Amino acid sequence: MSTATQLQAPADYWETEPHHHPEGASTNIGFWVYLMSDCLMFAVLFATYGVLHGNFAAGPGPKDLFDLELIALNTAMLLFSSITYGFAMIAAYKGRKQATLRWLGVTLFFGLCFLAIELYEFHHLIHVGAGPQRSAFLSAFFTLVGTHGLHVTFGSIWLVTLMVQVSKYGLHQANMRRLMCLSLFWHFLDLIWIGVFTFVYLMGMI
Amino acid sequence: MAIPANVETTFLLGRLNFQAIPKDPIVWVTFVGVVIGGLAMLYLLNKYKLWGYLWNEWFTSIDHKKIGIMYMVLGLIMFVRGFADAVMMRAQQAIAFNGSEGYLNAHHYDQIFTAHGVIMIFFVAMPFVTGLMNYLVPLQIGARDVSFPFLNNFSFWMTVGGAIIVMASLFVGEFAQTGWLAFPPLSGIAYSPYVGVDYYIWGLQVAGVGTTLSGINLMVTILKMRAPGMTMMKMPVFTWTAFCTNILIVASFPILTMTLILLTLDRYIGTNFFTNDLGGNPMMYINLIWIWGHPEVYILILPLFGVFSEITSTFSGKRLFGYTSMVYATICITVLSYLVWLHHFFTMGSGASVNSFFGITTMIISIPTGAKIFNWLFTMYHGRVRYDLPMMWVIAFMLTFVIGGMTGVLLAVPPADFVLHNSLFLIAHFHNVIIGGVLFGLFAAINFWWPKAFGFKLNVFWGKVSFWCWVIGFWVAFMPLYILGLMGVTRRMRVFDDPSLQIWFIIAAFGAFLIACGIGAMFVQFGISIWKRNEPEYRDETGDPWNARTLEWATSSPPPSYNFAFTPVIHGLDAWTDMKAAGAQRPKADYIPIHMPRYTGSGVIIAALCTVFGMAMIWYIWWLAIVSFIAIVAYSIYHTFNYDRDYYVTAEEVRAVEDARDRQLAQGA
Repeated sequence: MSTATQLQAPADYWETEPHHHPEGASTNIGFWVYLMSDCLMFAVLFATYGVLHGNFAAGPGPKDLFDLELIALNTAMLLFSSITYGFAMIAAYKGRKQATLRWLGVTLFFGLCFLAIELYEFHHLIHVGAGPQRSAFLSAFFTLVGTHGLHVTFGSIWLVTLMVQVSKYGLHQANMRRLMCLSLFWHFLDLIWIGVFTFVYLMGMI
Repeated sequence: MAIPANVETTFLLGRLNFQAIPKDPIVWVTFVGVVIGGLAMLYLLNKYKLWGYLWNEWFTSIDHKKIGIMYMVLGLIMFVRGFADAVMMRAQQAIAFNGSEGYLNAHHYDQIFTAHGVIMIFFVAMPFVTGLMNYLVPLQIGARDVSFPFLNNFSFWMTVGGAIIVMASLFVGEFAQTGWLAFPPLSGIAYSPYVGVDYYIWGLQVAGVGTTLSGINLMVTILKMRAPGMTMMKMPVFTWTAFCTNILIVASFPILTMTLILLTLDRYIGTNFFTNDLGGNPMMYINLIWIWGHPEVYILILPLFGVFSEITSTFSGKRLFGYTSMVYATICITVLSYLVWLHHFFTMGSGASVNSFFGITTMIISIPTGAKIFNWLFTMYHGRVRYDLPMMWVIAFMLTFVIGGMTGVLLAVPPADFVLHNSLFLIAHFHNVIIGGVLFGLFAAINFWWPKAFGFKLNVFWGKVSFWCWVIGFWVAFMPLYILGLMGVTRRMRVFDDPSLQIWFIIAAFGAFLIACGIGAMFVQFGISIWKRNEPEYRDETGDPWNARTLEWATSSPPPSYNFAFTPVIHGLDAWTDMKAAGAQRPKADYIPIHMPRYTGSGVIIAALCTVFGMAMIWYIWWLAIVSFIAIVAYSIYHTFNYDRDYYVTAEEVRAVEDARDRQLAQGA
């Protein structure tokens, strides 16, 4: 330690050249950490669903309620939106603003289709008397699926905001960073949906 | 008592009406006091035209140092409120014997013990800890600010928003009467129909957003912003503990948020997560909330372990003994803190195997903690120990905390816990570790880093008065609770039948009085020091008044806005000690422009909107909730359209600041 200290010339203790932190270098990991914290919120919801999924309170269960074909269509919408977001990112990296905007638009369309189908499903369930108040199972179901849906809603609002910003200011560094963050968010929601589809819908039908 | 069973709601004001004004004379006197004090403050702010200064220099500031100081001020203010609650409880329990009802009715008393816990944990300990980390971490790692400076400001104002919501409950409506974790079914709509629990929920939710974001921010800061040469194993211990704390925050606060959301859904739209009927499971809430709650305990104590390490090594004039083991002990505690939550409810009846598992993991935590204690002792061993105020607090901590730790291990034995669960023994235990660990650590930290933050030291005499009142007062206040707990007295009791218990409560009340003297002495200490701040024995011209070891002491006191004119390069632990040993002078070469973030008012505005949203939800004022929610989203989007977020401090400005610093150093020498 002390020998190491003496070897250093005094000047070595300060960096006199400009010290450059690339702008937004922390954003990527910061957003990752945020997504992991969001993931924990979903973990709570999955755990809650796991504990309560059999508590029907003499009400309807998954087999009475779920329409797998509709859900498969819904899943397809979300998966398509993920692919098209990927195309948008490829276009963005090539600096093609119009193509980026077009693909973002397609993504938004699929996202909205997903939301519309989900709203239809919820409306139908409530209509047949299987609302979130009916039993603990349905409380857990609506909250898990609904929280995911709310995330997609906010993702869509963000997407529109970004489309405006990209078309107005172009694909500069700050906007590329934002596109990247939303990309992470969008794919993350896809992943969560895979969990929902598997654990809630598919396993509910067994 | 004062709970309106069926409150009529109106469109304009929801369930807010004249019934919401408490009729309790104690609350009225407090309210009048607050109004007079508030008006006096407004008058002074106007008279000295301080609004612009506060807004431009502090409220909109994204300087991590100013935000850190604001967190500490918030913590201090809320500490006074939380302590007032404590004194009221001690007074009530000391007199409510022999048929006396005391002076607090049940409705009021239940709110007080709930508010005391909520405020002390969420709005005293958390702001103190976050404030310390905010102030110190960037300085210790040689950075100019945190990774996301705007987010930092926003996080602070969300914490303030939560505090405002909780404080509002004192004068409008009521606070929860459920205890600080609001267990259902008591906190459900069936048993707590009025606004108390809603105040609790929205206060914590608003503040919780701030805490989570600030956790992400500091974690990323430590990962990405360290000065060149500072590898993970060369980070100061405080930064290490801050790192682990922020990991804990990010990995536990989302659980609290989601659990409270589920409770909110139960209360607002009638879901059945935690209800007694239709398949609900109240025990699940208790599991979930403690999965957050136990890591929370370590969120509070870990940074203070870092503080003790820095202070012990500085005031012993030695490197910290066992740096590596200290780091690994911290990591062990971080991981283990997730594996013990069930010890908070051994009596749930999970069975012998489950209880044994959690009992054993709990006891295992005492091993890394014990290793830390020995490391501090060995650091002092053969050191030239200087008993300045920070070091006195460290010694008081070690003596006090070890006892608290041992009673904790005792409680970790499930059969013993069946006897002591929810008794005053538990209350004495966790006050023993929270006061003896977190608060004593904060007082050590305040005495240690005050000169760094403000450029002058704190008065020693009043510091010692405060120290002795606190330490003796703590033991007098909580030893009786250990004894009462062993005799089987449970917590949260308002009146007592057995007159033989009264003497212990009177002793405990006297202890609370001593602690009050300690708090008073602390404020006198601050006052005198600020008054005499320009006298030579208070001034700190050197920037390093304690002959300390880490980077924050390498810059001036208080540090310039950009912290370091040139980024320091790190070669080993205790970077500043290395520099001093090598005689490294600050380079006076060509100063370079420094890239800094711009101040913004967006954080204050969005947090204010969130607070309005919370209040609207509490009072069922749906139109206002919708309007404020849309405003939050709209303003956030508007904020993202501002791309002009930074500026350069020019080389000339840097030169002016650094030249002034040279003159100051020459004067001091």
